[in-house]
Order: sequence, then C-alpha cells, then structure tokens
Amino acid sequence: MTDATFGAAPPRSAASTAMEARLKKRHRSERIFKAQGLAAIIVALVFLVVLVGRIVSQGYTTFESHTLSVPVYLNPDRIDRSDLTGVNYDYIVAEAMMKKLGVQDDDLGTVSTKVQDLVSRDFGFQLLNKIKADPSLIGKTITVSGSLKADADLYFKGEIKRSTAEGDRKLDNQQLDWLEQLRKSGAIKSGFNFAFFTNSDSTEPEQAGVLGAVVGSAMMLIITALIAVPVGVLAATYLEEFAPKNRWTDIIEVNINNLAAVPSIVYGLLGLALFINWLNVPRSSPLVGGLVLALMALPTVIIATRSALKAVPPSIREAALGVGASKTQTVFHHVLPLAMPGVMTGAILSLAHALGETAPLLMIGMVSFVPGVPEGFTGAATVLPVQVFIWENASERAFHERTAAAIIVLLVFMIVMNAAAVIMRRRFERRW
Amino acid sequence: MTQILNPLASPLVKGHAMPVQSPDDTAHTPMIHTTVPHAHAAAPVGEPKIKARDVKVFYGDKQALFDVNIDIPAKSVTAFIGPSGCGKSTFLRSINRMNDTIPSARVEGSIEIDGADVNLKSVDPVVLRSRVGMVFQKPNPFPKTIFENVAYGPRIHGLATGKVELEAIVESSLKKAGLWNEVADRLHQPGTGLSGGQQQRLVIARAIAVSPEVILMDEPCSALDPIATARIEELIDELRSQFCIVIVTHSMAQAARVSQRTAFFHLGKLVESGPTEEMFTNPRDSRTQDYITGRFG
Repeated sequence: MTDATFGAAPPRSAASTAMEARLKKRHRSERIFKAQGLAAIIVALVFLVVLVGRIVSQGYTTFESHTLSVPVYLNPDRIDRSDLTGVNYDYIVAEAMMKKLGVQDDDLGTVSTKVQDLVSRDFGFQLLNKIKADPSLIGKTITVSGSLKADADLYFKGEIKRSTAEGDRKLDNQQLDWLEQLRKSGAIKSGFNFAFFTNSDSTEPEQAGVLGAVVGSAMMLIITALIAVPVGVLAATYLEEFAPKNRWTDIIEVNINNLAAVPSIVYGLLGLALFINWLNVPRSSPLVGGLVLALMALPTVIIATRSALKAVPPSIREAALGVGASKTQTVFHHVLPLAMPGVMTGAILSLAHALGETAPLLMIGMVSFVPGVPEGFTGAATVLPVQVFIWENASERAFHERTAAAIIVLLVFMIVMNAAAVIMRRRFERRW
Repeated sequence: MTQILNPLASPLVKGHAMPVQSPDDTAHTPMIHTTVPHAHAAAPVGEPKIKARDVKVFYGDKQALFDVNIDIPAKSVTAFIGPSGCGKSTFLRSINRMNDTIPSARVEGSIEIDGADVNLKSVDPVVLRSRVGMVFQKPNPFPKTIFENVAYGPRIHGLATGKVELEAIVESSLKKAGLWNEVADRLHQPGTGLSGGQQQRLVIARAIAVSPEVILMDEPCSALDPIATARIEELIDELRSQFCIVIVTHSMAQAARVSQRTAFFHLGKLVESGPTEEMFTNPRDSRTQDYITGRFG
C-alpha cells in the first residue's frame, strides 16, 4: 500500500506548489531590489548632472573674454616726464578711444568718463609701464590691447540686455552703441580668457583670476599632506600592529573616531588658539592653513590606514615571522606595502576633503583679499574654496560668473588629484 | 606493509581527503610506492632534538594543552595526529613561539631544543625562528617574485655577503625543495602566480633558505590535490636526512607514509606517542585505536 502510494506519487504535491510560490516570491523581491538600486543610482546621477550642469552653465562664460585693441597717441603735452606716475593715463586712453569712435569730449568731461567706463583700468597701467620701460615712446603712437570693463564684457555675453530699461542697467544706450561700433570696426575681439588663469584676485572683476588661489591651495595641501600622511600612517601602524589591546588603546581608538566627526570649524578655532595665538604662526598663511587641515585630516587618514592594515591577510604576517623577521621588519617589509593602495586611497580622500574645506580657514584669517600669488609658506594666501566664498559675496555681477568658474577650477583640481591617486594606487598594486 | 596499511584501507577512513590505496585506485599508486618504503626506517637513537616537559598552553582562561611530554628526535619526521581542536597545532606553534603573536596565549612548562629552553626571556624569538622554520596550512608566499620569496630570509639574517652568494642560496634552496627545474627560467615572476603545490614548495624553499635545524609543518597538504600532496610528501622524505621535521596532519594515511614517529593528541592531551609503525599496528591506548580506525575524529 505504502509502496504503491510512493510509486504513483502525484507530479505536483502541495509542498512543491508552495515551494514554487515561494520561489516566485523570491525572484520578485530580487527584481524589486534591483529596480530600487537602479533608481537610487539614477537619482544620484540626476543630482550630479543638475549640479555640474548648473555650475558649468553659469561659469563657462568666464572662459571667454572680450579684448579691445586701440592705437594710443602718447601726447607729450599730457605727459610730465618728471612725474610719470602722476599722469592721467586713463584720459589718454579715453582720448584714443574717442578718436576711434569719432566723438568729442564736452567741457564737463562726461563723454570721456563714459568712454573710460568701457575699458579696464589695466590700459592706464600698461601705458605707465611701457613709458617707464622706454621713455622714448612719448610722442609716438602705440597699439595697446586689454580687456573690456566687466559690464561691457557682460553686454557681449548677453547678461546686460538693451531691452532692460536704460536706468536699470550699468551702461546707457550711447555706451552700448559705442561698443557695437567698436566691435564692428574689429577693435573688440573675443577670445579665451587667459587672464583668469594668470591673474590673482582683484577689485576689478575683469582683472580677477584664480592663480593666487590655485597656488595657495596647492601650497596648503603640500603642508597638509606632509604632516597628515606620515603622522597618520605611523600612528595607525603603531595602533594596529604594535600597541597592546587594552583600555588605553580602546580610549584612543574611540577618540580618533570621534575626532573624525568633529565639525571642521572647531578645528579652525583650535588652530587659531594653538597655532596663531600661542605658536605665532603667521595668520592667513598656507602654513597655518595646512597645519589646521592636517589636524582635520589626521583621524580620517588613521582610520583608513587601520582598515587597510586590517585587510592584509594574517598569513603574510605569519609567513614573515616564520622566517624570523622581526615585528618591525614584518610590518615595514610586508604588511604596510600590501596595505599601501588602501592607505593611498584614504590619504587622497582626506586631502580632497581638505582641499574643499572653507569653514576652519575662516577662523584663521584666510578670508582676506590677497591680490597676488603667496610669497611663500608664511606669506598671505587665499585658497580656492575661500576665493569662491569671497566672490560669491561680492556685489558686482561679473564676480558671480567668476564664482562658478572658480568652482569649476576647484572641481578640476580635485579630479586631477583623484586621477593621480588612482594612477599611484595602480603603481603600488603592481609592485612585485 | 599490509599491517600498516590495514587500518587505512578500512572503508571508515574514506572520509578523509587523502587518497587511500585500494586495488582499484591505480591512479595514485606511484606516489605510494615512492614514499611508503622510507616510512620504515628505524626510529633514530640518541639525544632528542626537541624535549617538551609539562607543556601547558592557555588562551586567556581556557587551557588548550595539558602537560605535554614528548621527545622529538633529530633528522626524522614526527607526525602529530588528532581530531580538530585537539591542540596539535597549538603545540607546534609553541615550539617556535609563534604563539607569542597571540596576545592572550600563555605557555608554561619547558620546551628545549638541544637542551636550551625556547621560552626563556633571553631567547630572541627572531633567532629562534631562524633555527625553527615553519610551513603553514595554506601556501603563503609573499606577493613578491619567486627569487625575493626565497632570498628574504637569508637577506634579513645576513646569511649572504653578496649577490652571487645570495643567488647560490636561492638556487640550492629551490633545488632542495624540488622546485628549481620548474621555476629556473622565471625566478623574477610573482610567486603567487605558481600553482598551489608549487607555492607550498616555494614556501618550503623559503624556510630551508635560512638553514634551520627544525622545520615545523602545520597541515602542509590540506589545501593541495593528491598529486601535489604526493610531491610534498616525497620532498619531506628527502629533507628528513637534513632536518628535524614535525608535521601536523589530519590524514592518518599521510602520517603513516611520511613519519617515523607519531604522536596522538586528543582534547588537549598527548594520548600517546611512539614509532609510527607501532602506533598504527598496535596502539596502547583505546582512544588511539578508535581514532586511527576512524571511530571518531
């Protein structure tokens, strides 16, 4: 009887139907999970595209600039040879432009003032420098070229529109006509804005560039890397490989983890009290900025290094100890080199974080107008994120496109750094 | 011969990873032939190389080894057998003080090599481990070239004065480990690119390179296939003439094939030890009898 039942077992029992239902359910939950994951990635990508798209669309115009070339007659009547710096070069430039435009100044000088508003004050400085270098130029006609005033530049970029009521814009109709006239005559040309990369901060938006900030950021990061990476790696190596596991090392570990979560502005206050007030490190210098950011980056470097060391298989340690290597030899010949890719990743991530940090730098006087490349590690400097902050607060409209452009430069800086990290990591991984 | 293989040929042992000789198992016969005859060499006489007295090992509060007393002769192979967690690896690791690396481990009693206690404060574990080499369960070559793997030990111990001498040590070590012919033309390729069996022989070459007196092997074949295992067993038999070898194994067939003496551990105690032949044919303790006939473990 029993045998017969077994022999004629139905092809589908209740159990197998339930099993099939469960299987279906499992497959469905897998599909749902996959779809959710995909959706999460899409959301993240959309945010990224919107963010980058907005910054680029705001900032790309900075990389184009309009320059004016004009022949200038260096009128000997207007240039006092005994006092070259006291000469009103701006008026000489205005004269040249009025000649080009075929207009005459009135007695009050309103026309010349309006003309002067179209070009950067850089023209005047160029004349001064040229005459200083070669006084024989006085009485001759030379061609000078330079950037337009930011507002004139913005007109060509479509930021200032003729349709706006005349009283609501910086340039009146006559000025716009002149600009059109100069453009038609070929005196105004557009081109790549090299000045943005070769100049530092300036009160004139058309003269302002990021060179000082880029150099400042690089110098500060050098200090940060030189301090945070060796100290962090050594601390992590000691804690992970040598330190006894007891209550003290537990306390240290908890504190390191907590320090990684301390708001960065607190590090700024610490740096202000410790480095500037107590150790008298010059404020607003790459040195003090680097020191503060090194303090901030240390916990991250330590945590990343420790987890990289933990990931090295114990069999390598046993192998080295087994042939009679000392603890130090084991760590420095075998364990640390194997952990190096992870250490590099951690170090670069924390440096990239430091590169974008603004808050602690506000505390140590780095939010200041620095119109030049830092003179050294103790000279006054500004850095890219702070430059962004300063320009964002500026009232002139032209600074706003520069804000976006500075962000683009900052992002490119970070991408270059991360790419360097990837290349370096590859190299370490290949080391046999 | 038949007597020795008798318990091993019993069907109960088939659960072990090691191949067991049976009439229809012809694929593995060559290795049995090459290794088994040596297993009958007479037990060495004279002063033992390693003398352990009342060795106790604790991991924290837990005692893992209870009063182990054993003499291990020089220039022969001694096998430690026993079920998992019986303390045989723990004892092995006490001989070259690898247990030092475990913070909670504590060793009591005395383990003497040539009459000198290894646990004395004055003994530098670095020097000790250059005299007592170790081969582990999983092949663990350094992720460096084959040459660098073997050269590392001699280099840190300053055994070679120049490049030529170092190359000579590397070559002779690889030859002794029976690996030279396979890797002579690719010494500067990564050691991790070799097969499992080759890696294990590379690791043995690395241990030999520092000219140790004792080589400890902790289940050296458990991660290898039968062919590679046979190759290692052959090698162990060749090395016996120069080194005191202690091998931990889960395979009783392997213990029977390669060792001259066998020690059986159970629940942290050394149950019995003696010449391998005697252990397998005429065990004194009933637990040994049960284990080797496959009744537990």
